[in-house]
Amino acid sequence: MERVIEVESLTKKFGAFTAVDSISFHVKKGEIFGFLGANGAGKTTAMKMLIGISHPTSGKATVAGFDVFTEAESIKKNIGYMSQKFALYDDLTVKENITFYGGIYGLSRAKIKIKTQQLIEELGLEDIANNMVGSLPLGWKQKLAFSVALLHNPKIVFLDEPTGGVDPITRRQFWEMIYKTANQGTTIFVTTHYMDEAEYCDRVSIMVNGNIEALDTPKNLKKQFSAHSMNDVFLKLARG
Amino acid sequence: MKLFLGFIKKEFYHILRDRRSLFILFGMPIVQILLFGFAITNEINNVNIAILDHSKDVTTKKIIDNISASKYFSINAFIQQENDIESVFKKGQTKAVISFEKDFNQHLIKNGQATVQIITDATDPNTANTISNYVNAIIQSQVKELNKGIDKGYQIIPQTRMVYNPELKSVFMFVPGIMTVILMLVSAMMTSISITREKELGTMEVILVSPLKPLQVIAGKVVPYIALSVINATVIILLSLFVFKMPIQGSLILLAFETVLFIVTALALGILISTIAATQQTAMMISLMGLMLPVIILSGFIFPISSMPLVLQIISNIIPAKWFIIILKAIMLKGVGFSFIWKETLILLGMTVFFIALSIKKYKIRLE
Repeated sequence: MERVIEVESLTKKFGAFTAVDSISFHVKKGEIFGFLGANGAGKTTAMKMLIGISHPTSGKATVAGFDVFTEAESIKKNIGYMSQKFALYDDLTVKENITFYGGIYGLSRAKIKIKTQQLIEELGLEDIANNMVGSLPLGWKQKLAFSVALLHNPKIVFLDEPTGGVDPITRRQFWEMIYKTANQGTTIFVTTHYMDEAEYCDRVSIMVNGNIEALDTPKNLKKQFSAHSMNDVFLKLARG
Repeated sequence: MKLFLGFIKKEFYHILRDRRSLFILFGMPIVQILLFGFAITNEINNVNIAILDHSKDVTTKKIIDNISASKYFSINAFIQQENDIESVFKKGQTKAVISFEKDFNQHLIKNGQATVQIITDATDPNTANTISNYVNAIIQSQVKELNKGIDKGYQIIPQTRMVYNPELKSVFMFVPGIMTVILMLVSAMMTSISITREKELGTMEVILVSPLKPLQVIAGKVVPYIALSVINATVIILLSLFVFKMPIQGSLILLAFETVLFIVTALALGILISTIAATQQTAMMISLMGLMLPVIILSGFIFPISSMPLVLQIISNIIPAKWFIIILKAIMLKGVGFSFIWKETLILLGMTVFFIALSIKKYKIRLE
């Protein structure tokens, strides 16, 4: 299986504080890779290094085949990113948001038009395509943000706690979207602190204090820690 | 380039759809300039003046009668010697002293001309100027009467003197100050708020993950505000030309060049603020306290720098607005060319380069 992310001894230090301490892992193509950890465990810092907005202190890493130290610009063209704040403009309409994000990824006007149409149909947003995003319910914003991150057909999409603040049904629907995307060959790199969501991932890594303490399929992890759920696994790890 | 245009378009949507920012952008300049324009009015009424008549003859009596008859002035003291002038001013009631030279009428008849001194208290330069103009008008109408049916024209030569603030003899013009404040507000404050808003929303992060380069992002944020600032500057100049009939003496091209330079200075400051501030509110507070207050208080816009305490005079040098106001006044009021303001321009340019360099450095650190 092709590896789309490869990380070896990746480290990030802020002064004397080591946020990410020599982590190594890889992610396979089309995989849903869950990146777990408590707040402050270093998962956001690690992800920021992979998406090219934070420079690693040392180590090696490639994303979509490009080096994070020297080829950050090429990486950016091949990844999508959805922030936990959804990062849509409330004062732009649904269509305008799509157009803007398509634009910053260099999509042609014709392509943006087609994509917009497609997206609006897929998400069932026909009636409100010209409404301001600020007036949409959170769940729709979430779906829109995810779709927007996929506009330029990235090889890998990074989701930073994408389900924060939405209800269980909406979360469920969102995970269906993730599955669909992964089935089409896009790799999903997702951080979350909902442990039930960790069960949906192909493989899960758990970070504690800057280190990856566990990495395997949810099934194997549960066996390894003789736990009933991922929640138990996480608690056992976090308590040390 | 296409990426860039899309970015700018989006930026205009933000601005045009937010009523609050629209008001700051377009309502504020107009309201401010009209307010200041009409508040700093040239009307004077019943201003107290004192008379120092060394001659006490027919003509001086005539002039004094005319002055006292006008609704603009009321004579509150007749003083007897030069030394009294200062004490009369110090009491604060009297705004002007009119001093006729010795043998006024004799000089007028013998030499065809006589001299009258108009001494005004220039702590309020606007009023001072108006007073001396009005007094002069009354004297000249008297001269006209004297000259009726006579070939040989008599002349009364008024000598105007401003006390307490001699170099502010020229009328205190508010237009350069307002223009500076507005440009600072639009360019620095609005830019810093709009950048920090993207930080707050999380959209900045998403944009930085995109292939768009940081420099393009900043440029995309800044270009709309350059355009709006230029429009604002034009509106202010047009208003002052047509509503307040203020002539612009110097070259418009030079004026445009200096204005754009200042806009860039302000934008650089705005970007700098946005690299420091994490929220829109902080950005606004820093802009207001750190930029607007100094511009209003220390730039010479409202309070003359020359009458500030030495410490503040020194501090005023690091305020870009001070130099821009000097440049604006020089071009608009004195009509000077570039050779007279190259020093100020260079200082402004230096500050701009410094702010840009600093914000690029800060911006990079943030990306670490």
